Amino acid sequence: MGSKLTQSNRAGWAFALPGFGLIALFIIVPFFFAFALSLTDQRLISPNPTQYVGLENYRNLLGLAVVTLEPERDESGEIVRDEDGALQYPRVRSITRSDEYSQYAGMREWFRWQSGDNARVVVASDVIFMKALVNTLTFVIVVAPVQGGLALVLALLINQRLRGINVFRTVFFMPVVVSIVVVSLLWRFIYDGNDGLLNNLLSGLTFGLFEPVDWLGNTDTALGSIIAMSIWQAVGFHMVIWLAGLQTISPTLYEAAAIEGASKWQTFRYVTWPGLRNTAVLVLIVITMQSFALFAQIDVMTNGGPLDSTQTLVFQAVERGYGKQDISGGSTISVILFLLVLTISLIQRYLTRERT
Amino acid sequence: MATISRDNRGLRLAVRYLVLVLVALVFAFPLVFMIVSSLKPTAQLLSDTSSLRAFLPVGDISLSNYTAAFQRAPIGRFVLNSVFVTVVTVTASLFLCSLAAFSFTYLKWRGNGLLLSIALATLIVPFETIAIPLLLFVSRLPWLGLDGIEYGWLNTYRVQIIPWIADALTIFLFVQYFKDLPRELIEAARAEGASWWQIYRRVVMPLSGPVLATAAILKSLKMYNEQYLWPLIVVQDEAHRPIMVGLGYFFQLNVAWGEVMAYLSVITLPVLAFYLVLQRAFIASIASTGVKG
Repeated sequence: MGSKLTQSNRAGWAFALPGFGLIALFIIVPFFFAFALSLTDQRLISPNPTQYVGLENYRNLLGLAVVTLEPERDESGEIVRDEDGALQYPRVRSITRSDEYSQYAGMREWFRWQSGDNARVVVASDVIFMKALVNTLTFVIVVAPVQGGLALVLALLINQRLRGINVFRTVFFMPVVVSIVVVSLLWRFIYDGNDGLLNNLLSGLTFGLFEPVDWLGNTDTALGSIIAMSIWQAVGFHMVIWLAGLQTISPTLYEAAAIEGASKWQTFRYVTWPGLRNTAVLVLIVITMQSFALFAQIDVMTNGGPLDSTQTLVFQAVERGYGKQDISGGSTISVILFLLVLTISLIQRYLTRERT
Repeated sequence: MATISRDNRGLRLAVRYLVLVLVALVFAFPLVFMIVSSLKPTAQLLSDTSSLRAFLPVGDISLSNYTAAFQRAPIGRFVLNSVFVTVVTVTASLFLCSLAAFSFTYLKWRGNGLLLSIALATLIVPFETIAIPLLLFVSRLPWLGLDGIEYGWLNTYRVQIIPWIADALTIFLFVQYFKDLPRELIEAARAEGASWWQIYRRVVMPLSGPVLATAAILKSLKMYNEQYLWPLIVVQDEAHRPIMVGLGYFFQLNVAWGEVMAYLSVITLPVLAFYLVLQRAFIASIASTGVKG
């Protein structure tokens, strides 16, 4: 910049330092703290001195193995079956607690599948963490495209020239200014198994054919219900960002497309979508980052249940770091979470990069 | 032929509006239900859910849920705490972040570019990934009080305020805005011998209405609506508890849904009212976070 402004070190530092200093103290320092603490056995309050434990915290979380169980046989070598004809297997415990297989010590069964007569069992050092990891990834993988896509559809709806369109924009955006904590508590009632609004609505629409579901109390529907609600709350936010992107596309391009006789789909495909490229990257990355942080909904609605089907990484980090005062365990989950966010953002950036 | 095409157009318009109205209902129904239900006794609220009465203020309508909710929990205190924390944080944030952005944009000094890059890099660090180490950090931080130095920031207002003042997004918004201001204004003021502080105070800030509004709205929503995880782990005492955490009072075994709806309405209606009055500014502020260079 060819400016006449001269060097002004003292004023520059003095003006920038308060703001930058706070960021350094309360974001950057704890960020590096997280890495350091994850290598220790630090607790919030403890009479014992903190010790360096290397990668033990990571091993305790990430330990994973597949164990093959052979079916039980009787003395003659015949496979034993119970009354229903099902195969009998030794207990997983007989392996994870045996001295012969010390590499599996402390692990528990996560899930199993059948392979021929054998059962293959995936054992994990920390089954709850694994469930939290899978749930969080599921949440991100569903929410990022669905919320981004729905937001774009809403933005296109709102971008029409119709009388009173602003009223609709106002309503679509409304849930964004409502706290997610409020929304979660409200939807707990909507999802209720007995008097819930959703069950009554569905049974009304199907003339009583619909069987009421305990949406949050059922392992098959709990995470899906939280996903739907989260999208409902936040989709208006990204609608507005798409809308801002739509409005940067020059009207002359649309006029040209109309003169060429382009169909609606062709106009979208060749005029609108290319103009939204940067917006798309931003929307995707922002939703991904927000989705990884899933916490309040879980804390208010399910506490991770039923049967850990809605555990998430942040919920586990808080439960350990704060609930159990296990700062190092919570920090380790935080570090893993950050590395995940970083990796996925980089992959998204790479996939959506400008190709020339 | 002409009449057919006109009918067609009318029909298509009707379909468009129908779609818009249906979508609007999806977004509005929980909030309408919340407000309407807050006025009904819990028994009626539950029985009304089986019909459209759920969305209508009919039957035994009163404000008794509100009085009951205020008796069950110190809601007034919680609201005051949240408003206090929000106002102080937002004010300090607007001042310190704009000052830093001013320095990053207009002043030449060693380390300028590096520090700005570091600050902006923190955009990819979600708060949730530093909450636990920050908890340990603030539990040991010193503070110079009236009785000398004390250690530990837990259960205070400052723990809810100071870590939230400066953030990369706010600095980024100011930097983007300042870049587009005409540089000649600043150079002219400089030539007349104005100090940097005077330029910040008298030249740049008076021109910064839009970005101040944007930053204030975003930060206020964050402080008032989204402060849940952090106060949950650093504030145990009632005296400093903010509203979102105060909701825990209503999670007990027998949820009194009428009172819950009243509390939710108390929390939400002021923000909704602000939004309806200032909706242009609200939507512009969200949109501006998307216009990245």
